[in-house]
Amino acid sequence: MTTGILPPPDETGGAIAWLRRNLFATWYDTLLTVVLVVVLGAFAIGAAQWAVTEARWGVVITNLRLFLIGQYPFEEAWRIWLGLTILSALAGLSAGIYGGAVRTLGTWLAAGQAILAGLAFVSALGPIVALALVFNSAVAALGFILGLRRSAWRNGLAVGWLVSLPVVFLLLSGISGTVIPEVGTNVWGGLLLTFVLATVGIVLAFPLGVLLALGRRSGLPAIRVLSTAYIELIRGVPLVTILFMADLILPLFLPGDVRIDRVIRATGGIVLFSAAYVAENVRGGLQAIPTGQVEAAQALGLNAFQSNLFVVLPQALRAVIPANVGLFISLLKDTTLVVIIGLLELLGIGRAVLAQPQWLGAQLEVYVFIAIVFFVLCYTLSQASYRLEASLGVGSR
Amino acid sequence: MASVLFGNLVAAMSRVGLGFDLGFLDTTAGFDIAGAPFPYEPSDSYGQAFLAGLFNTLLVSFLGIVFATALGLIVGVARLSGNWLVSRMAAGYVETIRNTPLLVQLFFIYFAVLLQLPTVADSMSLGGSVFLNQRGLFLPSPQPSPTILPWLLLLAAGVVAGFGLRALAARREAAGLRTHRLGSIGSLAALIVIPAIGWVVSSPAPISLAPPTRQGFNFAGGIALSPEFTAIVVGLVLYTAAFIAEVVRGGIQAIRRGQVDAAYALGLTEMQTLRLVILPQALRVIIPPLTSQYLNLAKNSSLAIAVGYPDLFKVGTTIGNQTGQPVSVIILVMATYLMISLSISLLLNLYNRRIQVIER
Repeated sequence: MTTGILPPPDETGGAIAWLRRNLFATWYDTLLTVVLVVVLGAFAIGAAQWAVTEARWGVVITNLRLFLIGQYPFEEAWRIWLGLTILSALAGLSAGIYGGAVRTLGTWLAAGQAILAGLAFVSALGPIVALALVFNSAVAALGFILGLRRSAWRNGLAVGWLVSLPVVFLLLSGISGTVIPEVGTNVWGGLLLTFVLATVGIVLAFPLGVLLALGRRSGLPAIRVLSTAYIELIRGVPLVTILFMADLILPLFLPGDVRIDRVIRATGGIVLFSAAYVAENVRGGLQAIPTGQVEAAQALGLNAFQSNLFVVLPQALRAVIPANVGLFISLLKDTTLVVIIGLLELLGIGRAVLAQPQWLGAQLEVYVFIAIVFFVLCYTLSQASYRLEASLGVGSR
Repeated sequence: MASVLFGNLVAAMSRVGLGFDLGFLDTTAGFDIAGAPFPYEPSDSYGQAFLAGLFNTLLVSFLGIVFATALGLIVGVARLSGNWLVSRMAAGYVETIRNTPLLVQLFFIYFAVLLQLPTVADSMSLGGSVFLNQRGLFLPSPQPSPTILPWLLLLAAGVVAGFGLRALAARREAAGLRTHRLGSIGSLAALIVIPAIGWVVSSPAPISLAPPTRQGFNFAGGIALSPEFTAIVVGLVLYTAAFIAEVVRGGIQAIRRGQVDAAYALGLTEMQTLRLVILPQALRVIIPPLTSQYLNLAKNSSLAIAVGYPDLFKVGTTIGNQTGQPVSVIILVMATYLMISLSISLLLNLYNRRIQVIER
């Protein structure tokens, strides 16, 4: 320690000093603080009073099943909880192996199911569903403990995720004539449909987006122009028009006797839409790769395909993970737009519930509930994305 | 594969009669548009209905952009305020809005707030001239009186005098003479005082406000803003302002601390530092992401259909349903949105090029 230099003055100095510095620094700061405290206080008291005494939260408890799974037949709903068990196990393992942001997400998946279990217990879903959800939380916790510091399992885990998504989808949609009879996607609804639309949307849009991004940087003029035109066209029009278009047009691309239901059509629209945005994210990642990398790959004798697959893409995709989490968040919010073409995801179910005669006046309760659900989901994801960004060191290298 | 898909498409289109054909635009629409921007009758053509929708979309987008920019600027600066309560409140607003879907917010504003307002009979009133009820917001409308013409001349004289003083001050400054604040306070005084004197001496006042009056089950006279219009504009403004606030915050934080310290060292006040040092530099960082927020706002205005405001998309779907030509109409609608998006990004790119520092 150097001598003769005084340490900086202690500016922390207790609560009073903090208040003076941050709330009452000048006379107009004081005025602002007092006015805000009065206004916010009145608002908070009013809101709390409404939430505790006036609000009819029964609208949420009674219709919890609709909010969660829509019209999905209740006797088949065990398949949803089982699908969640698979995902919980994988999420728990991932949380243990990767730690960091993934652990935050895993924790929230477990905590979310525990909270739902509490709600299910007091609602018509009943204690058995509550037990299943608590079991899932426990599976996630167990997976976390099993996975701690086992980095050797990473490849297996990636395969597990890749396999599990179609398996869970198959489990939910079912195969006719087996123990899991077919459940048409037209009865899927609520939070289940919100998640399916957003997840399938981003998972299927990802490869398409990567291809478009590569196409936009391609040396072949025809491919470059087509990719650029597609990306700019899609990004220039609202999602509703694309959903509307998909609803009308996708059936026309198929032979006359093939019918696809509206959920698939909406998913198709969402995939076509988000592919353009994924492409722009990926292009950002591709541009961040120094030319030296490609030249080195060529010097090693890799052809264009190999250098993309083994050198450029692994680095580029790693850099755009946070941006794609951001895209997933906006997609999760944008799934509400399928209400306009008549699907019953979380918001659509809310509107359907409000049409029930006994809950006619419960607008505030229903919309506040839906807003809270989205807030918790999106806020958690965005916090995880910030941590991911920090741990990947994007932008700081 | 593409040829198979295309073959299917052509076969199906001809089967259900959905060729691309815009001939219907001249035929009679037969549906009404509540709150059309120009006189529109159900007997007018589909083309005119489409134009009415386009005008509404442009109106909502323009108002949304103006108010969202103003609110976003305030919230963005507030997030960096030294007052803890102010910055936390701004942060809370931004996080709440950004993490919930716009459509939920629109439904909330429209169904849970605006439609739950008192009926026309128990309207909330502000000073007997502004009324708020289920049917919308009713504002007094400005009416010109006979003295309007002389007053407008005075206003013009004030503007000319203001600019004249400014030019004079600039010339004196260039010549190294004292300006006596002619450019700032002098020109402002000329601009305000001359028309103000005119306003006071003229009788009756040049512009009178005609308050809306109740007639039966509704209000007549004044400016009526329907709940649908209010919902979509307020929703778009609140939503986009949160994103703009983050853009503004990023722009301000991109400025090196030394710039602010230097401004304080020169004796500029906090307000002057913000206005003369921080914002002009931050603007260069802000414009590109701001452009994409404006584009998002214009595209999000298509959600007006959720609250029943007759914008381009809603009118388009109605036309599509009525004519049995939904594919042609939706292509037309998409092309129109594309034109709007391209125009916005073109304008802002031009502006962006103007304000960037020209590097040697």
